[in-house]
Amino acid sequence: MDILIQQVVSGLATGGIYGSVALALVMIYEATDIVNFAQGQMAVVSTYIAWSLLNAGAPYWAAFLATLAISFVGGLLLERIVIRPVEGAPVLTVVIVCIGLLVILNSVLGWIYSYIQKPFPSPFPDRPIRIGNVYFGAHDVGALAITVLVLVALYAFFRFTTLGLAMRAAAQNPASSRLCGIRVGWMLAIGWGLASLIGAVAGMMVAPIVTLDPNMMAGILIYAFASATLGGFTSPGGAVLGGLIVGVIENLVGTYVHFIGTELKLTVALAVILIVLLVRPSGLFGRAAVHRV
Amino acid sequence: MPSRALRLGLVVVLAGAMVLPFVVTNFRLFQCAQVFIYAIALLGLNILIGYNGQFSLGHSAFYALGAYTTAIMIDQWSVPYGWTIPVAGLLCLIAGFLFGIPALRLEGLYLALATFALALAVPQILKYFEHWTGGSQGIVLSKPAAPKGVPLNPDQWLYFLTLFVLLVLLVLARNLLAGRTGRAIVAIRDNPIAAQAMGVNTALYKSLTFGVSAAYTGIAGALSALVIAFVAPDAFDVFLSITFLSGIVIGGLASISGAIFGALFIQFVPNWAQDISKAAPWAIYGVFLIGFMYVMPRGIAGAVRLGAARWWRRRAEPS
Repeated sequence: MDILIQQVVSGLATGGIYGSVALALVMIYEATDIVNFAQGQMAVVSTYIAWSLLNAGAPYWAAFLATLAISFVGGLLLERIVIRPVEGAPVLTVVIVCIGLLVILNSVLGWIYSYIQKPFPSPFPDRPIRIGNVYFGAHDVGALAITVLVLVALYAFFRFTTLGLAMRAAAQNPASSRLCGIRVGWMLAIGWGLASLIGAVAGMMVAPIVTLDPNMMAGILIYAFASATLGGFTSPGGAVLGGLIVGVIENLVGTYVHFIGTELKLTVALAVILIVLLVRPSGLFGRAAVHRV
Repeated sequence: MPSRALRLGLVVVLAGAMVLPFVVTNFRLFQCAQVFIYAIALLGLNILIGYNGQFSLGHSAFYALGAYTTAIMIDQWSVPYGWTIPVAGLLCLIAGFLFGIPALRLEGLYLALATFALALAVPQILKYFEHWTGGSQGIVLSKPAAPKGVPLNPDQWLYFLTLFVLLVLLVLARNLLAGRTGRAIVAIRDNPIAAQAMGVNTALYKSLTFGVSAAYTGIAGALSALVIAFVAPDAFDVFLSITFLSGIVIGGLASISGAIFGALFIQFVPNWAQDISKAAPWAIYGVFLIGFMYVMPRGIAGAVRLGAARWWRRRAEPS
């Protein structure tokens, strides 16, 4: 029983990270109808920025906040410079541009920092937290808390600020929003900035667990993609919940089903998701696509 | 463009392709055979994505299925290699058709994920059935020699074999897409409800298109096993699927010539990138990808069509 609880909590911690990346994917998808394949790689870039700041002697939380700011501006600039020229092009063209971006960022990171794995510090103490007979890793609990904090902040931003309202409007109905005086192009750019910021948080939270290297996010992006699909690509809350579910399933399957072990657990997680999709084709919480005939 | 000029161009290209094996090195021939193989796979994927509007990130799985069918048949049962190619195609046709049935329920992104999962699972599954597939070590084959009495070395022979298969499949694809079936396939992409109202059995056509597309890719995989003379699970990971996807978008969606342009791109551009910068070749490749998309958002085939139309109009105008 104790092991079960422990596994669930550590599943929730990794699930929170999948959920954050999934949320970043969903934000860009909702606004522009494209899946940003470069999302994970952008998060790795942010994490390397944080690593460089820390190596230069900055205190952790200062580096953390600075990285968030840099990531936001970076994401915004990427949209303005790289994505904007193909704004009106077919969706697949934009997808290929994103893949190109992924390849470039990955290669440049490898060039600058090499592909050797680097340890990344955790802001939380090493000592595990004990509740009853169960020990929780402090980093797991902390990462989960920070993920939840980011989500609440984001929800408040979209729900209670004018800018958030404008961004939602621009995503839902660009033409009408433009008539109301909303600068739709800039709203998209801010969306990219925010997605990049969320990715940065996820990157910095996952790096202490998996250690930092240019391919760190490749596996996580796959899980995030699965989480977003499971929760529904049209539902931000669903994406996060999908992430938590995927994290827990992955951990429990790896622990309890022995012939699967760690080698096949990705396959099993994906199989579970496929079954869910066959029953609910738009994900657990997504809107069914309605077509105008 | 008038079809006479097009036909003349085709004859010139074909004649060039016939002479090529006797003037260039064997390594270049090997690369050309690879281009033909990629072109077959891209053609299959383009039928599915470009013409039918169904996304797939899972075609590396069918490529692997074709390659392993050939490799296992030769390795375990010593079947003559010529027979393994149609068997691989047939097996992938059935597998693709069966996979296409549950895929009917999924659209766009969700279908992309389902196929993505397939692509991810394949290397792991191949390693699991070690007895047949040789695990991560893979299977080593020997390059088939030309039949007795044909004065060609193995590379020249494989060049002609792949070229022949490509031409046959090109003509088949053209005929399939030009007729009634092709119109139904395209109608499903453009407006599934209208297509259904016109009496197109959308479910059957979509699964069949999936099957045909998988069969093309499987044949390509079978040929690649022969040309490379080696199969291993890690060659068929999800990046192969992504390479195929970039190939058809760069080459041009919903165009038959696009498959060939795309195949040339995915075969040769990584090599050029390597020549330009040893330190970060993939960065150069990425720049090429983005650059092509900026300059030709409808792919190379789209740009060629546009250019040719413009040139022809200018000539036709009385000056």
